[in-house]
Amino acid sequence: MTPTELEKGTSLWHDAALRLRKNHAAMTGVVVLAIVFLSCLVLPSIPGLLQDPNAQALDLKNRPPSGEHWFGTDHLGRDIFSRVLYGGRISIAVGIITTAVSVTIGVCWGALAGYAGGRADDAMMRVVDILYALPFLVIVILLGKALDPITADLTNGAVDLFAGEGATVAEQNDTRTWVEPITTLVPLFIAIGALSWLTVSRIVRAQVQNVGKQEFIEAARSLGLGHARILFRHILPNALGPIIVYTTLTIPGIMLFEATLSFLGLGVKPPNSSWGILIEEGANRMASNPWLLFFPSLFFASTLFALNFLGDGLRDALDPKSSKD
Amino acid sequence: MLRRLLASGLLALSAASCQKQTEVERANEAGILLVGNSAEPKALDPQLVTGVIESKIIGALFEGLVADDPEDDSALPPGTAASWDHNEDMTEWVFQLRPEARWSDGHTVTAHDFVFAYHRMLSPDLAAPYAEMLYFIDKAEAYNKAEIDDFTQVGVRATDDFTLELRLREPVPFLPSLTRHYTWFPVPEHVVRRFGDMTERFTDWSEHPNLVGNGPFQLKEWRFHDVIEVERNPHYWNAADVGLNGIRFIPIENPYTEARAFLAGQLHTTYTLPPDLIDTMAEDYPEFLRQEPYVGTTFFRLNTTRPGFDDPKVRQAMSLSIDREALCEHILEGYTPARTFTPKMGTYEPEPVLDFDPEKARKLLADAGFPGGKGFPRYSMLISRPAARASAEAVQAMWREHLGILVDIQNMDWGSYISAQQSLEFDLASAGWIGDYLDPTTFLNMWTEGNGNNNTGWHNDRYEELLKQAALQADTEARHRLLAEAEAVLMEEQPILPVSWYSRNYLHRPEVKGWHPLLLDNHPWSAIRLEP
Amino acid sequence: MIRQILNRLGQGLLVLFVLFTLTFFLVRLLPTGPFKTERAIPEHIQAKMEAYYGLDQPLLVQYQRRLTNLVSGDLGSSLRLEGREVGEIIRQSFPVSLQLGLVAIMLAIAIGVPLGILAAWRKNSLIDYGAMALAMVGICIPSFVIGPLLADQFGRRLEVLPAMGWNPFSPVYWLLPAFTLGLISAAYLSRLTRAGMLETLNQDFVRTARAKGVGEARILFRHCLRGGLIPAVAYIGPAFAAVISGSLVIESIFAIPGLGTHFIKAMETGDEPVITGVVLLYGSLITLANIATDLLGLWLNPRLRTTG
Repeated sequence: MTPTELEKGTSLWHDAALRLRKNHAAMTGVVVLAIVFLSCLVLPSIPGLLQDPNAQALDLKNRPPSGEHWFGTDHLGRDIFSRVLYGGRISIAVGIITTAVSVTIGVCWGALAGYAGGRADDAMMRVVDILYALPFLVIVILLGKALDPITADLTNGAVDLFAGEGATVAEQNDTRTWVEPITTLVPLFIAIGALSWLTVSRIVRAQVQNVGKQEFIEAARSLGLGHARILFRHILPNALGPIIVYTTLTIPGIMLFEATLSFLGLGVKPPNSSWGILIEEGANRMASNPWLLFFPSLFFASTLFALNFLGDGLRDALDPKSSKD
Repeated sequence: MLRRLLASGLLALSAASCQKQTEVERANEAGILLVGNSAEPKALDPQLVTGVIESKIIGALFEGLVADDPEDDSALPPGTAASWDHNEDMTEWVFQLRPEARWSDGHTVTAHDFVFAYHRMLSPDLAAPYAEMLYFIDKAEAYNKAEIDDFTQVGVRATDDFTLELRLREPVPFLPSLTRHYTWFPVPEHVVRRFGDMTERFTDWSEHPNLVGNGPFQLKEWRFHDVIEVERNPHYWNAADVGLNGIRFIPIENPYTEARAFLAGQLHTTYTLPPDLIDTMAEDYPEFLRQEPYVGTTFFRLNTTRPGFDDPKVRQAMSLSIDREALCEHILEGYTPARTFTPKMGTYEPEPVLDFDPEKARKLLADAGFPGGKGFPRYSMLISRPAARASAEAVQAMWREHLGILVDIQNMDWGSYISAQQSLEFDLASAGWIGDYLDPTTFLNMWTEGNGNNNTGWHNDRYEELLKQAALQADTEARHRLLAEAEAVLMEEQPILPVSWYSRNYLHRPEVKGWHPLLLDNHPWSAIRLEP
Repeated sequence: MIRQILNRLGQGLLVLFVLFTLTFFLVRLLPTGPFKTERAIPEHIQAKMEAYYGLDQPLLVQYQRRLTNLVSGDLGSSLRLEGREVGEIIRQSFPVSLQLGLVAIMLAIAIGVPLGILAAWRKNSLIDYGAMALAMVGICIPSFVIGPLLADQFGRRLEVLPAMGWNPFSPVYWLLPAFTLGLISAAYLSRLTRAGMLETLNQDFVRTARAKGVGEARILFRHCLRGGLIPAVAYIGPAFAAVISGSLVIESIFAIPGLGTHFIKAMETGDEPVITGVVLLYGSLITLANIATDLLGLWLNPRLRTTG
């Protein structure tokens, strides 16, 4: 990259950041996201601050919110507040990682197919058709089985690392409880991300085909610009809106898919939880204990709202044409 | 504006519905019972199915030698057989069929139909999955395993059209009760042969509209995952006493959906009720809630070939640290804490031994070489139904608290869960067992060596010796004593950790009469009436 | 044009062949089997059952036999629901899923697309925020929450709609499941339509048109709608195929006798013929839906037509 290009780059980002900061909805989104993410990532890490999310007290089951238990307790007398925060870690991790993988692959695949056109496009899109129709759950079950030995090694390594040498059985068990969901889920969800980019790729392809035929691209081509440059510098930025929207929509889908997988033994394992599982458990008991559904849903929904407002703001901010407005 | 539109729309809808009755009300007028039946049956051929779901429908379409009594599991009202008799040591039985018994196509039900049914069931080529239920008949096992190929050697014979003789391999005092199980039902030879060979699996004979049975009802309609409807069988020998005009068996797998359907007036009786709804129902709909004992046990199955689990002390320790009272009070509502494996049935009452004693448990675990859980391997517990999760989590916490043992919980789909256990590729599993007939052997025989339902890797010579002795004993009291002794051996060794005795929790409408609590839950459909 | 379609259909056949092959072998890897029942089946009987269905043959022999049958139009018979032909299973349950899916997707289009257009037209106004908040509600409330809620409200409390079940001739049975099923698609459609419309409204030709004094409605519907719908159309093809080939969650919540239940049961028991049958059906639907949406894309985006 030449120095001039670099400069141009920074000023582009600088402009975008400025525009974003003026967008109230987007900034509210940023604040909400920051609060949710920080409380899920930081609060559980401070020893003694939260109640043990897995500590049961059967006598105290199904209690409504109180000073002792802010969000109430569940059917085993566990503190919902802690469970929502601990569960948030898992949901946020799988939601973001999976979406990042799937959107990256989907954008590249769709952009290449749409830009190349002809035979290459046909072949690439038939691959998409095949992946669409393959029984996804069957593949995920098989992937889970195949990844088992890898995740086991990863977990043991991580436990040794975090618990330290010479840790007692109880200490190791405690470390394992929070390390394991992450080390077992992340590899699987990277794999799931690598399989769920299909709709993104179709949307991007359609958008690239549309933009690619417009006059300014023809102009760029006639100027003799390289393909990569045309595609990534000129075409993709014009397709950014739908990509961002789809990305923000994929995250909740993945978070809920995790709950589905738990019933096949591939998601987070009991007694640990995630937002998806908490919502599902809450849904079954919503008539008698509505708070079991309300609080996890509140976190889930505010995250999604915030992500969408931020996404919309980003789209506006990065819009190559909006500077002309 | 929008709100007003919505409100008026709702009003219109409810106005339309005011004139409309609920499905239950319409069914009441038509004399049709709406039954929640959990899942789509695999088939309706009594000799090829294995499930409870199928047995409910087959019970309406067929009738065995002995019938079910609506009020008492241990009563033995005559069915297709009008009377029966046995020799002194209960190894030879003669059943006199009633000559007025008819198939639903008008043909007479004969003793040859029974012989045909048992011949078919035991034929190795049919590969009937539940053939084992007939092994009580002399030489039946040998014939089924193709060790002999002459069926006349097997102890079943029709001496004339209405006399069925059975020769058993051992005294079976509970044979009449056993013949109420669908594996002992007759099938119409003339119909089965019309659609294929005797040993051909799943031919069209048991499909709608071909199916011919000898029960109070006949098949009217069958739509996959939607409904199976039966209607009055005019040829049934006791058709005059049948109370219902028909029954609709509706397969609803999701128990929450089933409860909603019931409350919306779409069912007379549900198959089950999720434990988390019991409290709400007890409060809001006490007139509908039923909680009744059911012969079944929930337990943990251990793979006793795994290090740690191979030591009876460890198994005892794990059992002693399960607080069964708390589990049944808070999670398995309606269930009773198990004190032995076999629930109480009839006069059989083994010594209650299971207890909660964490102190003793810790000591046993230390004796076994794992003080405070140190060095104990990390195992995972298989569960397969979402409903099993809460109790699994509770027990997981108890073991962690009382023994320092960390056990994983592994959810699995049903097929993988079953096959992991049958191939002994598991550590421990949450499981349940429902009795097939009212005798302790339906619970105890499965823990013998080589039994397909054992799956623990455990066997014990003394246990099997006691069961063998009991099998040869015709006197019920002496027999029960021997079985109780065997049970004591099982509880001493604990290859399985019993947790609770089942309860049937379900919702039921009061206008259904002739439906009483039954241990085996086989309600004779012919006795049920609708009196709104 | 016709040649292009024929070409695509030919590619579709190739897709189906690859799908069949992959599915056949993948299912064999599953840790389950069709003859696993709660009460163990003795080994000699299990062996007999496997021999009966030719499952004891070498895998390649089985594959070859299934493929030959398939080419002659025979999908085989189910291993779990023994004695039932896969064709029969699909004939019974696909019409249910198709009908439910069609109603759901029509609801989704009717709700989602206008909402998206409206939001884009009055970008960053209260209308926009309201419409998008509505869409987000559709995404945030999973169907396993909204479905039971609606069924309880309309079934038990108001007693106006059945809480479960299916009747192809009675719309009261379709309403709740179709709405629950269509909700998420409606939300996606409104978001994608809004995004697509915004991209188009930003184009130079819109500025030119506005400068020329062309009316807003004309700009919106004559000039922008075509381009603005491109992302939504790209989404709708696969979504349509997915929705009409059965939804497990909706079928479970409303006890609907559709294809999704058969499929999950088949998957749990490694019932390869049923899985393959459903996958091939889904593959054909995907192929057709994608051909249709690509054609629709061509119509929406006339510039593409020049490349043949």
